[in-house]
Amino acid sequence: MNMNYTAEELAFRDEVRAFLDAKLPADIAAKVKGFRKLSKEDHQRWQKILSEQGWYATHWPEQYGGVSWTPVQKHIWDEESCRYGVPRSIPFGVNMVAPVIIKFGSEEQKQQYLPRILSGEDWWCQGYSEPGAGSDLASLKTRAVREGDHYIVNGQKTWTTLGQHANMIFCLVRTNTEVKAQEGISFLLIDMNTPGITVRPIITLDGEHEVNEVFFEDVKVPAENLVGEENKGWTYAKYLLTYERTGLAGIGLSKAALTHLKQLASRQVKNGKPLIQDQTFSQRIAQVEIDLMAAAISNLRIVASVEGGGVPGAESSMLKVRGTEIRQAINDLARRAIGPYAIPFVEEEMDQAYDGEFLSDPGAAPLAAHYFNNRKLSIFGGSNEIQKNIVSKMILGL
Amino acid sequence: MDFRLNEEQQMLQDTVARLVRGEYSFEKRLEYSESELGFSESFWKQLGELGLMAVPFPEELGGFGGTGVEVQSVMTELGRGLCIEPYLQSVVLGGGLISQAGNEQQKEQWLAGIATGETQVAVGLQEPQSFYNTNDVETTAEKAGSDYVLNGRKAVVIGGHSADLLVVSARTSGSSRDASGISLFVIDANADGLERRSYPTIDGAKGCDLLLNNVKVGADALLGSEGEAADAIEYQVGRAISALCGEAVGVMEVACDLTLDYLKQRKQFGVPIGKFQVLQHRMADMMSELEQARSMAILAASVADEPQSDERRRVIAAAKNVISRSAQFISEKGVQSHGGIGMTWEYNFAHYAKRLVMINHQLGDDDFHLERYAALLEAN
Repeated sequence: MNMNYTAEELAFRDEVRAFLDAKLPADIAAKVKGFRKLSKEDHQRWQKILSEQGWYATHWPEQYGGVSWTPVQKHIWDEESCRYGVPRSIPFGVNMVAPVIIKFGSEEQKQQYLPRILSGEDWWCQGYSEPGAGSDLASLKTRAVREGDHYIVNGQKTWTTLGQHANMIFCLVRTNTEVKAQEGISFLLIDMNTPGITVRPIITLDGEHEVNEVFFEDVKVPAENLVGEENKGWTYAKYLLTYERTGLAGIGLSKAALTHLKQLASRQVKNGKPLIQDQTFSQRIAQVEIDLMAAAISNLRIVASVEGGGVPGAESSMLKVRGTEIRQAINDLARRAIGPYAIPFVEEEMDQAYDGEFLSDPGAAPLAAHYFNNRKLSIFGGSNEIQKNIVSKMILGL
Repeated sequence: MDFRLNEEQQMLQDTVARLVRGEYSFEKRLEYSESELGFSESFWKQLGELGLMAVPFPEELGGFGGTGVEVQSVMTELGRGLCIEPYLQSVVLGGGLISQAGNEQQKEQWLAGIATGETQVAVGLQEPQSFYNTNDVETTAEKAGSDYVLNGRKAVVIGGHSADLLVVSARTSGSSRDASGISLFVIDANADGLERRSYPTIDGAKGCDLLLNNVKVGADALLGSEGEAADAIEYQVGRAISALCGEAVGVMEVACDLTLDYLKQRKQFGVPIGKFQVLQHRMADMMSELEQARSMAILAASVADEPQSDERRRVIAAAKNVISRSAQFISEKGVQSHGGIGMTWEYNFAHYAKRLVMINHQLGDDDFHLERYAALLEAN
C-alpha cells in the first residue's frame, strides 16, 4: 500500500508545472477557470504551444509523434492542467480518431492524417449519434453504398460537437442491412467540404452553439477512407469508446470547479458573513468535497492498476457516473452561491471579464448557463444509465 | 503508487479469514450472540494466541508494530464474518488510549494482557447527553487526597458488560463541553460503586451503560496528565474510525455478494430478477457505494497513525461520513432487493443489514462528521 508518487514522478510534476508557469497564456487560463467561452483561435493557439512542447498527443505511441507517458504521468498531467486552467483538448482528432487510425488504419491513413492532427491542420468531429440512434447507437441508419471506388453516403448525424469548426468527420455508417445491427457498420473518414454535406447548428438551452446536425446527401467518399475492414466498424467504435470513457469522470475538472466554488463562496455574503461560513452552505460544500475525495482515490486506484499492467474496465463506468454527478453537484452549488444573480442572462458578459456594468460578483455571469450546459455530463459518453448497464453486464454478470 | 496489500499484510488478512471461516458459521454466531458472554470465548482466545490482538502494538511491547492498514486487514475479515468480539474496543481503542496516554508503568501493567486477550477492555467516552461529542463530559472525578472519586454515567459501552477493565473519561476541571479538563481513568470492572446495566445490541453484540457512584481509584489509575486527555481521545477515536471503516468494508462486501447471488437465483415472472434493469441499476449503485467506501477506508488507514493535523482530522471525518452513508445505502437497498426474505431473522443478510446501519451510530454518524469536516473547510 503506497499512495505516494516516486521521485521520478515528482520530478515530472515539477516539469509540468514549470512548463505551465512559463507557457500557458494567462488570458486563456482565466477564461477556463471562470467557465467563460473559448474561441476557436484560443484552442488553436494553445494546441500550437502544446505541439511545440511535444505534449499534445498523450495517447499515441512515440513513433507517430506521441508522448510515452505512463498512466501515472498522464494522471499528473491531467491534475496539473486542470488546476492551472488549461483548456480541454478537443478530443475528436487527437484522442479519438487517431488511436483508431493507429490501431486499425492503413499505413497511408496514418501518414496522411496523423501529422495533420498533430499540427492542428485538421479539425475533426464525430459522426456517431443519429436522431434515431442515441444510447442504442448500433441502430444507426446513415447508409454508405459502395459504387466502384467510392461510397455514396446518405443520412443524418446529430449532436456533432464543434462540427461548425471541423474540416473532417469520422462516421459510423451502415454498409450492410442484411445482418445483425452491429455487424453491418463501417468506420468512414469524410472530408466536411465534400459536396452534399450540410451542417446546421443546434442551440442548447444555455444559448450556446456547441453541437450540430450534419446532413449527408449523396456524398461521395473515396473507398480508401474506410478504416480497417468493411462491417467491422462497431469493433473500432467500441475500442474508441473505452478511450472516451477514461477521463470522462473529470476528477481534475471537479477539483478545479471546487476551488472556484470555494473562492466564490468566500466572496459572496450571507447574513453579513462569507457564504462559506454559513452553516448550511458550508455543509453542502463539505459533502461534495468529501465525495470528491473518495472519487479521487477511486480514480487513483484505477490509474495504479493500469500502471501495473491492468486494463481499465467497467470500473471506469462506475467512476464516470460518480464523477459526473459530483461535477454537476459542484455546478449546482456555484449557481446557488450567486443567489438571485443566477437569473440575469447577459451573453456578452460570458465572453470577457466583467466591466462594472452589473452589480453581481464579477464571476457570476456564466454560472447558471454553465450549470445548465453541464447537464450534458450525465448524458454524453454513454449516458449514466448506459454505464450502469455496462457495470451490470461486465462486473456483476447480470 | 500501489494499492495492493503487501505479502505480510495479505498473509495477516488470510490468517484472520481462515480463523473466521472455521469458527463463524451463521448458526454459531447466533449461539455466541445469545450466550451470557455475548461472544465466543474460544474465538477471542484464538485471536490472542495467533497474535492478532498484538497487531497494533509496538514490537518492544510484544506487538507486531502494525499501523492502519494492518488493523484494517484484521477488521475487514472480522466484518466479513460479522464477528461480535469487542476487538475494536479492547485492542484498538482501549489499547490505543493506554499506549498513547499511559506512563511506562501503566503500559507494562496492562498492554501485555490486552495484546494476548487475557484482559478485555471496554471504553466509556460517551454519555447520555453527549451525542458523539467526546468533549461533552459531565462525569466528574474529584480529587480526594491522592485518590480520585468518580461520579456520573457512561452510555453504550460496547463490550462493557464483560470487560475486565474500563477506560472512562471524566471531568477534573472546566465545564460541560470544554476540551480542557477531561481526564482518562482505568477502572477495574469490579470496583465498588460501579454499576453495569447490560443489554444486547440490535446488531448481535452486548454492551452496557455504566453508572459511577463514588467510584474511588488511586492516582495510578489516571492515564496521562490530569485534564489533558482530549487530544489522546480525539487521536485514538481517529484510529478506531479507520479500523471501523475496515470492518464496514468487510460487511459491505458480503452484503453486496449476498444480494448479487440472490438477484441471480430468485425467479419471478419466469426469469431471474437480476434480469430487470431497475434491480441491475440498484445493484450497480450498491457496488459503486462499496468502491467509494473502499477508497475512503484506504485513505483513513493511510493517516490513522500519522501525527495529528487538520489534514488527518479532515480525512477521518470524511471517511466516517462516506462509510456511514455507503453502509446505510447498501443495507437499505440490499433489504429492498431481497424483498421479504431480507427481513427475516433466519437469513444472514438481515444481520449484515443491521450491522451496517449500526456502524453509523458508532464513533459519530455521518451528520456529526459532516459538521466536523465543514468546520475544518479550507477557503482555498
